[in-house]
Amino acid sequence: MLAAIVLGAALLLFVGGYPVGPGLRALWFGSIGSWYAFTSSTLVRAIPLMLTGCAVAVAFRAGVFNIGAEGQFLSGAAAATALVLVVPTLRLPAPLLVATALLVAMLAGAAWAGIAAVLRARFGVLEVISTIMLNFVALSAVSYLVRGPLQEPTRVYPQSSTIVEALHLPRIPGAGRLHVGLVLAVLITGSAGWLFRHTASGFRLIAVGESPSAAASAGRIDVSATTTRAFMTSGALAGLAGGVEVLGITFALYDNISPGYGYTAIAVALLAGLDPWRVMFTAVLFGALEAGAGAMQRDAGVPSSLVSVIEALLILAVVVAQAVRVRRISARGITLAAAEDA
Amino acid sequence: MTASPAHHTGSALALENVRKHFGSFVALDDATFEVRAGTVHALLGENGAGKTTLMRIVYGLVHADACTMRIDGMPATVANPSDAIARGIGMVHQHFTLVPVMSVVENIALGSRGRLNVAQVAKRVVEIAARTGFSLDPWARVESLSIGAQQRVEITKALARNARTLILDEPTAVLAPAESTALLRWLRSYADAGNTVVLITHKLHEALAVADDVTVLRRGRTVLAQPAATTSIAALSDAMLGSGAERTGVNGVASMTGRSARTHRENAAIVFRAERLSLIDATGVVRVREASFDIWAGEIVGVAGIEGSGQRELLRALAGRIAPSSGKMIRPADVGFIPEDRHRDAVLLDRDLSENVALRGAGIRRGVIDWTSVRADTRSLLQRYDVRAPDSRTMLRALSGGNQQKLVVARELRTAENGQHHAIVAENPTRGLDVRATAGIHARLYRASEAGAAVVMYSNDIDEVLLLATRVLVTRGGTVHEVPLDREAIGRAMLGTS
Amino acid sequence: MSDVVAPFIAATVRTAVPLALAALGELLVERAGLINIGLEGVILAGAFGALVGASAGGVTAGFAVALAAGVLVAAIFALCVIGLRADQIIAGTALTLLSVGATGTLYRTLFGSSGAALGIPTSASYPLPVLSAMPLLGSALFAQPPVTYLVYLLAPALAWWLAHTHAGLALRAVGERPEAAEAAGLRVDRIRTIAILAGGALGGIAGGTLVLAQAGTFAEGMSAGRGFIAIAIVVLGRWTPLGVAGGALLFGAASALQFASQAMGWNAPYQLFLVAPYILTLAALAGAVGRARAPAALGKALEPRR
Repeated sequence: MLAAIVLGAALLLFVGGYPVGPGLRALWFGSIGSWYAFTSSTLVRAIPLMLTGCAVAVAFRAGVFNIGAEGQFLSGAAAATALVLVVPTLRLPAPLLVATALLVAMLAGAAWAGIAAVLRARFGVLEVISTIMLNFVALSAVSYLVRGPLQEPTRVYPQSSTIVEALHLPRIPGAGRLHVGLVLAVLITGSAGWLFRHTASGFRLIAVGESPSAAASAGRIDVSATTTRAFMTSGALAGLAGGVEVLGITFALYDNISPGYGYTAIAVALLAGLDPWRVMFTAVLFGALEAGAGAMQRDAGVPSSLVSVIEALLILAVVVAQAVRVRRISARGITLAAAEDA
Repeated sequence: MTASPAHHTGSALALENVRKHFGSFVALDDATFEVRAGTVHALLGENGAGKTTLMRIVYGLVHADACTMRIDGMPATVANPSDAIARGIGMVHQHFTLVPVMSVVENIALGSRGRLNVAQVAKRVVEIAARTGFSLDPWARVESLSIGAQQRVEITKALARNARTLILDEPTAVLAPAESTALLRWLRSYADAGNTVVLITHKLHEALAVADDVTVLRRGRTVLAQPAATTSIAALSDAMLGSGAERTGVNGVASMTGRSARTHRENAAIVFRAERLSLIDATGVVRVREASFDIWAGEIVGVAGIEGSGQRELLRALAGRIAPSSGKMIRPADVGFIPEDRHRDAVLLDRDLSENVALRGAGIRRGVIDWTSVRADTRSLLQRYDVRAPDSRTMLRALSGGNQQKLVVARELRTAENGQHHAIVAENPTRGLDVRATAGIHARLYRASEAGAAVVMYSNDIDEVLLLATRVLVTRGGTVHEVPLDREAIGRAMLGTS
Repeated sequence: MSDVVAPFIAATVRTAVPLALAALGELLVERAGLINIGLEGVILAGAFGALVGASAGGVTAGFAVALAAGVLVAAIFALCVIGLRADQIIAGTALTLLSVGATGTLYRTLFGSSGAALGIPTSASYPLPVLSAMPLLGSALFAQPPVTYLVYLLAPALAWWLAHTHAGLALRAVGERPEAAEAAGLRVDRIRTIAILAGGALGGIAGGTLVLAQAGTFAEGMSAGRGFIAIAIVVLGRWTPLGVAGGALLFGAASALQFASQAMGWNAPYQLFLVAPYILTLAALAGAVGRARAPAALGKALEPRR
């Protein structure tokens, strides 16, 4: 796949009339070609992408089209910020407060997803639509918070106060801006993959996503409860991503705290075939692409948006490959629903 | 084609050499069918005999593998429903093809071009209603209408497009007796006016009462075609269900002969008990009314009944998939269930075989799944049940229909063979399978009963019921009766010709 | 008073026009039982197309290329969803991403890194005689660029078309019950493809409006979520053209109120105005505000091809 990306990038550069060599060099050294870029750019971006990508994978796997990772990310970020800024630091030991903040971020994300989950379970509302609405509401809510209750004391900038250093997630020594959020993301995404592969509840989720009717009839699975659980778990993961981003990188809440992580997450998850283990790699890949894109624009004058084209083409390639695969297998003599003769 | 007393002349519809297969399942095997203009023609056959498929080919909804068609004597090809409509053919499907949220007028107008003048369409509806005697409110929403009224909308829809040949698929199955009588009377008068009617049914008395000619399909072949006046219920019933001579021919399990003599064992445990059991379907219609029966360990109880007679709901209640609406049902907690529509209800097409095996019981399992042992288990099931698959990691979709079904049977039966649980409910378990696979599944069900399981099996095919069952329950119009193990008796009980 | 109300109404209409165009397009798609969440990408492609067309051949060419660009993106969506039976959500997501990337890249490639596409012609206002001279709202409603008048005409025209033509009836039937439409002799796949392409055309014009009648230039990602807002508007408008026009006005008003409230120094947080339409949409979905009945086939996987 890496070869395909390099080839694709080279082709796009060529077609666009850009210097292919310098462009690729910038892409390389801006992403994984140097230790600093790899840790402080690529992996730093990979952390939120990994958690939100995992969130999307969990939901989509269960047949829940959660387009709302962005909103759940924001609510997690806002909740974590609010907690650490509001609770007097002295009362709680710092590590405990940080842990609590991350937990609250998860709860906030789950609650935000929960609105759409309830709308789906109770009223049959399409989650595709409701989560998009909730993304906008979350965006406005953050905008309100950083100009209202959470605004920094001088009331000049639309952002919260900076979180004191004691409450930052510790950095990983020798790795620039990279913080322990990476460890957390890898652990959580890894466990999610393990749960899918090895536990009964993970399997239930997959079965419901594959075929709700067979899950209910042959598996005697409570489909509605399983999808609701998956939806809220997904929200919790995206919320956690928001909390980790605030405590690990931005140290404050502001309007554009997410450059669309929740949307890129959909691409990350899809490219990984909705498998959390592979999300770990696609998240790093997308982190690298976006880090490299910045470098390419800076150093070689190549528009960073070129990378979005690569990302989109990757997904479309997956879509086409899947369609072709299903058709090929089906053509191999399947009894079509035992004939339509009723 | 104006109304003329000199009908019974040309052929309105003629089909020859019709073949159609779905995967490995042969739905139509060189069927022929001819309808004289100006007649009511009954098309008879058991479920799965190919009646509906044949008529869906005429209407352009199914493409035949081979077919020679003549409409009004002219060679014709019908690629899609609009071709059929253009040739004066209208079809009233068993499951209505109406848009529920739309008005009668909108439903009838659907499929034309240009400006939609609802007032004009409404006028046409009223005009047709005057001719047919149907009372229809053109402005009513279809979903607010009774089933009988919806059927009249379907017929009006066909007439509004100048249909001269009307195909109706089991039209009386959804109607109350009085409504049925009225409909049949209307069909008669419609044909008498020079039009043509094809009536798909499995109700013999209905066919003989109204039809000029009858055609019987069995297993995709035309086995009888003659004027109604020259045949009898007994002859039709024989044609539909197959004669005794043929019956032995399909026998896949030689060792099972003479089993009908077997009675249930002394002191066998009662596994299922229904007491005044009533069941309603998803739409709230009562499907089984106050049924009482017992089923013992070690029996194979065959269930026979025409579509919509309550057999579906009865099987699901026994399998624990639906709850009684009233009355009592005693059943084991864990019942093996082999549903008819396996793609929808039994398998995960895009997961591998061991995951499909693990699906059973997934709702109550806790903690970690030991896939190594599930895989080993799956491999042994593949071997023991002769499932042709490369290995346990193969995607289910890649298996042939017969092998998919064998895996489902293996999964649902396995614990019964171990004597761990004692009940299996199977619904058309060999539908769409070839002779070999069918014989294999029959042997499995038989072996499970020998091991002490109570087996309940529904089949469209009376031969299959007779082959396996130690006892037969027939469902008819929501009632459940035990019937002697006798083909004629079962046929009579099912079709209501007693 | 009128010095506040008239600008407010004018701002409302200005914001509402591209939203209404995109939402009317999405309405057609959803009435056919599909959902194109790649609408954002369609609008963006339209905006970029408008830039290219207008710099080459003026405003009319700008709108023409905008329309073509929208149709092109929609055609890729149709190919994936109808042709390959790919999942609608996945295809839509990929398309938005593709459009963001492709327009951004092409923009910088064609117009330089500073991106100054200065001097593209824009669509002037054409005050309608008599109407624009009406007191109070005349100039706010009827001294607008022609594309605004297009929306004034399009919404009722579509409403009429849906209710009073066989083609409109066919579209509704396909979205409600594709089997019934097929049995009535309609070609479901073809109707859906046409609906997607028509939706693309309107989405493209919506993007063109942003460039040619509002911003006067192109900026990367200038669609700014309007595609998603348009999807909300379709729900809020209960899948009817006039409802959609009203929904677009509501979102437009919310955005205009935001500025008005800031200008007038109201105490309420302006985000409240921004959020209100979304909350209303969610409430409509839950059935709290009237009954929003989605086309029955919406959100269901397409039946396999025969």
